[in-house]
Amino acid sequence: MSTIDLKLHIWRQKGPSDEGRYVEYAVPGVSVHMSFLEMLDVLNEGLLEKGEEAVTFDHDCREGICGACSMVINGVPHGPQKLTTTCQLHMRQFENGPFELWVEPFRATAFPVEKDLMVDRTAFDRIIESGGYVSIRTGSATDANETPIRKQDSDLAMDAAACIGCAACVAACPNASASLFTAAKISHLALLPQGQPERYDRVRKMVAQMDAEGFGGCTNHEECEAACPKGISVSNIARMNRDMLRAMLTAEDTVNVPGGE
Amino acid sequence: MELNSNEPTGPIEKRWDKHRFDMKLVNPANKRKFSVIMVGTGLAGGAAAASMGELGYHVKAFCYQDSARRAHSIAAQGGINAAKNYQNDGDSVFRLFYDTVKGGDFRSRESNVYRLAQMSVNIIDQCTAQGVPFAREYGGLLANRSFGGAQVSRTFYARGQTGQQLLLGAYQALARQVKAGTVDLNTRTEMLDVIIIDGVARGIVTRDMVTGAIESHLADCVVLATGGYGNVFFLSTNAKGCNTTATWRAHRNGAAFANPCYTQIHPTCIPVAGDYQSKLTLMSESLRNDGRVWVPKNAEDVTKDPGTIAESDRDYYLERRYPAFGNLVPRDIASRAAKHSCDDGLGVGPEVGGQRRGVYLDFEDAISRLGQKAIAERYGNLFEMYERITGDNPYKTPMRIYPASHYTMGGLWVDYNLMTTVPGLFAGGEANFSDHGANRLGASALMQGLSDGYFVLPYTVGNYLARTGHEEISDDHQEVRAAVERVETRMKKLLDAPNPSRTPDSFHRELGQLVWDNCGMSRNAANLEKAIERIPELREEFWDTIMVPGSGDDMNQTLEKAGRVADFLELGELMCRDALNRDESCGAHFREEHQTEDGEAKRNDEDFTYAAAWEYTGDLSAPKLHKEHLSFEYVQPSQRSYK
Repeated sequence: MSTIDLKLHIWRQKGPSDEGRYVEYAVPGVSVHMSFLEMLDVLNEGLLEKGEEAVTFDHDCREGICGACSMVINGVPHGPQKLTTTCQLHMRQFENGPFELWVEPFRATAFPVEKDLMVDRTAFDRIIESGGYVSIRTGSATDANETPIRKQDSDLAMDAAACIGCAACVAACPNASASLFTAAKISHLALLPQGQPERYDRVRKMVAQMDAEGFGGCTNHEECEAACPKGISVSNIARMNRDMLRAMLTAEDTVNVPGGE
Repeated sequence: MELNSNEPTGPIEKRWDKHRFDMKLVNPANKRKFSVIMVGTGLAGGAAAASMGELGYHVKAFCYQDSARRAHSIAAQGGINAAKNYQNDGDSVFRLFYDTVKGGDFRSRESNVYRLAQMSVNIIDQCTAQGVPFAREYGGLLANRSFGGAQVSRTFYARGQTGQQLLLGAYQALARQVKAGTVDLNTRTEMLDVIIIDGVARGIVTRDMVTGAIESHLADCVVLATGGYGNVFFLSTNAKGCNTTATWRAHRNGAAFANPCYTQIHPTCIPVAGDYQSKLTLMSESLRNDGRVWVPKNAEDVTKDPGTIAESDRDYYLERRYPAFGNLVPRDIASRAAKHSCDDGLGVGPEVGGQRRGVYLDFEDAISRLGQKAIAERYGNLFEMYERITGDNPYKTPMRIYPASHYTMGGLWVDYNLMTTVPGLFAGGEANFSDHGANRLGASALMQGLSDGYFVLPYTVGNYLARTGHEEISDDHQEVRAAVERVETRMKKLLDAPNPSRTPDSFHRELGQLVWDNCGMSRNAANLEKAIERIPELREEFWDTIMVPGSGDDMNQTLEKAGRVADFLELGELMCRDALNRDESCGAHFREEHQTEDGEAKRNDEDFTYAAAWEYTGDLSAPKLHKEHLSFEYVQPSQRSYK
């Protein structure tokens, strides 16, 4: 079985207020069939056996769908393989080098480091909370086949809905913009009839929240699409911008409730 | 302890309606006075938290992930069943009910299963209205496929990521309630104990995984939707963080644990590649619709390039043994058949631990029949995933697959209201034992999670609250303080073992191998007894030598792991005891002593038509068995035959 010897520089940071630094580790004899995270597991087992603290990193499903893993490998979020999360990145990608790797957390003002390679991405949750849903009550739905939806529209909505919320787009963007993430959710719902009643209200609220969280603006670098493990297209950002423009040109709906305030 | 299923009587199709009518309602103005603790934010927990928040209850939700959107329901690939009969192919609520009872090998409760089949149609409506992008046909209506051996096309899907899309629907509904202020969401928070006051569940003790703070949370009732315990095997298709701690702590506080030996081994997973393996990846069962399973007929061919093995030297063993169902036989049958082939020395792929554990899943015929484009459309993302992990291209060379632990049918015993044997403590989704009997059919887990979450718990929990009323409890109550102290003491024990020298993972791997070898796909009394002897020793070693560097006062993933492994070390023994007690084969529980001449599972209905609910007695090696006898009025038990 072929193996490689790695020299790792891993970002270690005790907590949000610690400065943080790279620490060098040698990991010899890494099987190329390991995943990147399994390689880190091996490193961590070795550290624990020496009584040292393991490197903290977010991970869960390890099959590329939960969006938990979040590290930058040699400057690229999720590492060198296209359309692949860190957990699905396998060491055969490094069979011919590089053998010296710098591993750091996703960096953005809106994502404070919690420890080592782990960051706080709750800003994404707050963006969804601001309007990333269809306001329907449990139990109030009509028959699912009552509203036919063009397959093409449904497929496009699915393309956008494939976002796993990992935040690689933010980590890749020179401005740390969350436009791709936000636009993916706006597009998913804007492309479906179910999303129409709240469409322009939604874009207004979600964009406002995105800005409030301290993410940068989009200046069309398109690094986000290149880094996205699910291949979410930047055309979603264009769709978000079109919807935002239209929302800005139309007055916010005001409701007159007789006898109300 | 008394097991009362509290199921309504009368015609089965009217039972849930009747039960709902008999429920007491909470006055709308009073709902906000009641608080509900919801642990877990997957399909069951997320859907229940959102729905109950919407109804006006004050919900406190908890998850160990950094976001509610990451619960492991997200990883389900294949689809969700519903008796919509949109395909006009003869499906009905009764047929889905019938298939599920039969699929569970007559070890589930008919009333619950019927309700599940009824709710299935509402789930699809609900999710579609939320904007879940289910696959559609060119006419704009919803598409279906046949799945997991079903004779009708009743499975709805969203490419290979049905779980993610359904979970995002529930997560978004939950986000809406968080914004509305009805749900307090606590992420990166792990539940470590239950607080029981005067015999009633009134709260939980948690650890904030970022700050290490141990805290108590109180409410009028507690709902656990914390998933299954498949990670007891260490290697499974579950997420790394999936654990039994919430359900096990509930068990230790009086909740009966039912049928722990019913664990489903999924036949189509990517095989183990080496000793460093950290988890196993499922390849959707839908692949068996077009892939053909085979191994070489001759042991000397197992290392050959499969393309060079002549057709006549291949054994398509599922098609040979089960001509009617072929490659679509139920999961347990497909899994055991793969194990037998590998045990006979016909497995393929790398040798790990002295054996090649893999069989081929071949798409060559399907590609030549339908074209590569059609296959790519159906399975493109799965093929890519396979190639990323193994480095092999399945369009050119057959996939290698092997069974892996995937789902646990056992769980906390619950009545028809999904309440455990502890009043005020409910369990939904995979965390309970209720609907799948001894085996779960494909595309039924998502259905059960959402049925419990959207349509059952909001009613039954409401009924409980209406009947019990609200009574304030102080943080200072002695039971609250005692529970917090229990957790703190345990943390300290994990951090300060007498002879720290072994890591949590090393114990977990050893336990996992032990349970896999002796209480996995195939079980016998001698092996189970061996495991029952070994596990308590391993537990002792654990508490003596567990090594957890760092402190409990900040983020410490090693400490989290150690706590979870400690609970698996207790549950593992109960699994083996349950498997030993169940001296029959049924569904996924295969006792080698009980098989037909063809090697199929042989039930013993006379002695074992019951759910085994185990009570914790204070001695882990002496749990007390309680039996809920099951009766079948609508589906007569028969021997499964997939010939």
